[in-house]
Amino acid sequence: MTVTQEFEAHHPLAKYLRTERFPHIWCEGCGNGIILGCFVRALDELKIDMDKLVVVSGIGCIGRAAGYVRCDSFHTTHGRPIALATGIRLANPKLTIAVISGDGDLFAIGGNHFIHAARRNIDMTVICSNNFNYGMTGGQLGPTTPLLSYTTTSPYGNIEHPFNLVHLAAAAGAVYVARWTALHVQRLTESIKKALQKKGFKFIEVVSPCPEIYGRRNKFGKAIDMMRWLKDVSEIRHGYDPSEAEITRERIVVGEFVDIEKPTYEELLQKQFFKIQEKLKGG
Amino acid sequence: MTMQREVLTGKHLMQGDVACAEGAIAAGCRFFAGYPITPATEIAERMSRRMVEVGGIYVQMEDELASMAAVIGASWAGAKAMTATSGPGFSLMQENIGLAAMTETPCVVVNIMRGAPSTGQPTEPGQQDVMQAQWGSHGDYGVIAFAPSSVQEMFDLTIECFNMAETYRVPTFLLADGFIGHLWERVIIPPPEEIKIVERKKPTVPPEKYVPFRPDDDLVPPMANFGDGYKVHVTGLTHDEHGYPRTDDPKVQFELVQRLCEKIRKNADKIVKTEEFMLEDADVAVIAYGIASRASISAVRKAREAGVKAGLLRLVTVWPFPEKTVAELANRVKAIVVPEMNYGQIVREVERAAKETPVYFLPKLGGEPHKPSEIFEVLRRAEKT
Repeated sequence: MTVTQEFEAHHPLAKYLRTERFPHIWCEGCGNGIILGCFVRALDELKIDMDKLVVVSGIGCIGRAAGYVRCDSFHTTHGRPIALATGIRLANPKLTIAVISGDGDLFAIGGNHFIHAARRNIDMTVICSNNFNYGMTGGQLGPTTPLLSYTTTSPYGNIEHPFNLVHLAAAAGAVYVARWTALHVQRLTESIKKALQKKGFKFIEVVSPCPEIYGRRNKFGKAIDMMRWLKDVSEIRHGYDPSEAEITRERIVVGEFVDIEKPTYEELLQKQFFKIQEKLKGG
Repeated sequence: MTMQREVLTGKHLMQGDVACAEGAIAAGCRFFAGYPITPATEIAERMSRRMVEVGGIYVQMEDELASMAAVIGASWAGAKAMTATSGPGFSLMQENIGLAAMTETPCVVVNIMRGAPSTGQPTEPGQQDVMQAQWGSHGDYGVIAFAPSSVQEMFDLTIECFNMAETYRVPTFLLADGFIGHLWERVIIPPPEEIKIVERKKPTVPPEKYVPFRPDDDLVPPMANFGDGYKVHVTGLTHDEHGYPRTDDPKVQFELVQRLCEKIRKNADKIVKTEEFMLEDADVAVIAYGIASRASISAVRKAREAGVKAGLLRLVTVWPFPEKTVAELANRVKAIVVPEMNYGQIVREVERAAKETPVYFLPKLGGEPHKPSEIFEVLRRAEKT
């Protein structure tokens, strides 16, 4: 029996995954598998109807996640998962939508779509694996690469200020904003569960170790050392001001930053629809 | 709840853009995503008013990249979906038009063409995006494009666009010049039962037996919508019949790309529409589409009056290019005249199909249409070939 066959036969979460696609493409020590694990655990605990779930991803390492979940899924063009998910969501409100993608996909090439979907409060859960660089293309500078970090395109150190994703999401109007690291498996799973049950635009950033590419260039040591680093510097502070939650090598504030209620685009649209229909009947 | 005012049966004085929106609604379009741009904005305006009336979705996206992405998403969620734009927006949409072609997503893109390149002439009509419609995104793939030449056709051909998109699972274009988009003319909207509507082919097997990208004999695979329980994986990567990425297998890539092209080429006879005017005994023929075909009719009449046996082949379909029809025509006329509101696009296809027959090209740029007299002059010269 191969490892995959054994997993398929015995693992309680195997039914949520396209096991025929395994082994996955991710490097040893990568946080993406942990994020996917937390996601399917959340699906299992919520008993999500897998016929009504759609997972959408863009391009990048974590972008392959859509192809590993056993449900309707779309691996889109680079940067466009949120825009495409908006179409799916609005055309069929019975579907639950999760976008799982990376920092470069969601915040560089796809940044505009992120802020506008958050502004409209489209009902979807966006999970961002933030590994501080473009891993799939070999480790280039991205929108979350910390200042003075080394990447293949910042060989003398990065001189761009990185985005603070939770601050950006909160400012753009997301109704739920949280940050965890790949180390916070249980809290991340709970956070995904909460987001999937809440209406509106929800955002979860997961700081994900990339020991093979980002870590190596920036002297983070082995995969286990990177995990130790996440443990040492992360600090749980629920309700913390997201504008103060910038990620540094010394400190990563994690927790729930935003959890508010606001009418969704779909709710406002439905209200308008009934109003217009009444008017048409009357007149 | 019964929806109100789905098909506006009756006679109307309508603008081309508005007729297009009404054609879409009559065809069953219930999702529109777009971004304002001259001279296509009126389509979005009409859709924003009408979609809510018929229980559909209008959403104004942040740009054309997003509009096209949302259309693809909506189509997979089961809606007949469309967007409308003009040249600059069409350029931005090319990325996801390629995705629609690769993932075989039925969708309609309306391009009300204006003067180009770049921002060009926003308020002036043109026919400069004809090649872009076929070759705009990277790679090889088939598309379908119609070129309306009247407001009535803005209505009729928009319905045809949806029917073709659903039949062949392909991005389908309504390529109208700004003249036709902004023209006001009489439109007759038939009762709904007289409008032919095509729905996409759905799988007839249970989910465990469904192979999402395995084609039928017509080269088109049946399509399960998201939420139908078929658990389809869709990717822009080169994929096998199961929809899974297979980027390192030359055979998979060849067969996929071949099918994306051939499903249009092999079905071209069922797709292509042309219209003939006074061609039976013609010595010289005009080949034109859109606004240029209207001046061509006058030019042909004028030529006949002057004793020149002229005729017109109007291309209703520009893609797939009506190659057979043009080749046959080229065999029986002395010369062909092609007036286009660009610096030479469809004329290249005509030259290719016409082989030895001389082709005279009449470009027009700047926003003014061809004058019948200009086309007539070239016809007269062509006749002496």
